[in-house]
Amino acid sequence: MNELERLLAGTAGGSGGSFPQASEDAGDLAMQRLRTALASRAQQLNLLDVAYRTIDTPVGQLLLAATPAGLVRVAYTRGDYDAVLTALAGQISPRVLFAPGRLDDAARQFDDYFARRRRSFDLPIDLRLSHGFRRTVLEHLPEVGYGRTVSYGELAGQVGSPRAARAVGSACATNPLPLVIPCHRVVLGDGSPGGYVGGPNVKRVLLSLERAQ
Amino acid sequence: MSLPPFDRVVTEYGQLLLRVCRALLPLHDAEDAAADAFLAALEAYARLRPDSDVKAWLVTIAHRKAVDILRRQARHAVPVPEVPERADRAEPALPDERLWAAVRELPSKQPHAVAYHYVADLPYADVEAIMGTSDAAARRSAAAGIRSLRLRYTPGSGSAPGSIPMKETP
Repeated sequence: MNELERLLAGTAGGSGGSFPQASEDAGDLAMQRLRTALASRAQQLNLLDVAYRTIDTPVGQLLLAATPAGLVRVAYTRGDYDAVLTALAGQISPRVLFAPGRLDDAARQFDDYFARRRRSFDLPIDLRLSHGFRRTVLEHLPEVGYGRTVSYGELAGQVGSPRAARAVGSACATNPLPLVIPCHRVVLGDGSPGGYVGGPNVKRVLLSLERAQ
Repeated sequence: MSLPPFDRVVTEYGQLLLRVCRALLPLHDAEDAAADAFLAALEAYARLRPDSDVKAWLVTIAHRKAVDILRRQARHAVPVPEVPERADRAEPALPDERLWAAVRELPSKQPHAVAYHYVADLPYADVEAIMGTSDAAARRSAAAGIRSLRLRYTPGSGSAPGSIPMKETP
């Protein structure tokens, strides 16, 4: 109840108890209509710098974000997608909007990946959040095919810096597009999974998902 | 300090802006005005100073959008001898629609003063700046509006058949 309603209810001779409340469902529907109209018109006017949505997957909630150039961020939210959006607002543009339609195709491809109907992602991607050597590593990663693994040291050799295993590790740890750029296929020299942006358990799940062909 | 994602602005102030617009316009126009206001806000957002009063800024934009729509309607209005049945009467009778209708039917600048001070909860200094009137005039408009709402609007009296049942408040 807002100030206005309280004010009027308070002077209504004791009928305040049955005063009509704004229906919450009606309010939620109006908000949905507002968001839908805003997202589609923002896109038409090229004001949608960062569109985002979340999806639920077997390895938890993921946030997907896209610029007009393509998918720019995939994040394991661990329930806190606000932190991811705040970072994107600072790194790319504060014009960030919930626009699920803009990411329908990406969401479908993730569904297919987890259902083992898809082995690689076919989406325009925007790698602006990665620079220098890290970006070189990420650009090379799609060559490590589905169901295969490579060690940090081997990958360092493949990108021409055989002594840079550690830097390869940090490229993977800061991968803005996990899953789409398959950093989970990079493992320790002894074959054990090692660290992962989504946590070591998620890495194990992904590797066994891809092995079960 | 950088600006928070615009999405958070929509989450935080979406309901408020919809309510402010409903105090000024029938449902459909109110939702258009709120969407127009957020779109204009999105366009200007990157230039907003991070320490700005976002609520007052949004209500200012919504005010301009609502005034545009009201002017357009006034231009196209056909004079009729009796007040016709309002188009929005056909909408499902939301529990709060009677209140918004009562606010909208207030004369002159009163709906604006009531909406910005009592619905958006902005101080009179902001209401004055938004309406381009003096502090005292905004205060008088809001007070007159509340007075006549108390006379014309009786909370909780007879809901229309088929309306959403009212919630009991503890």
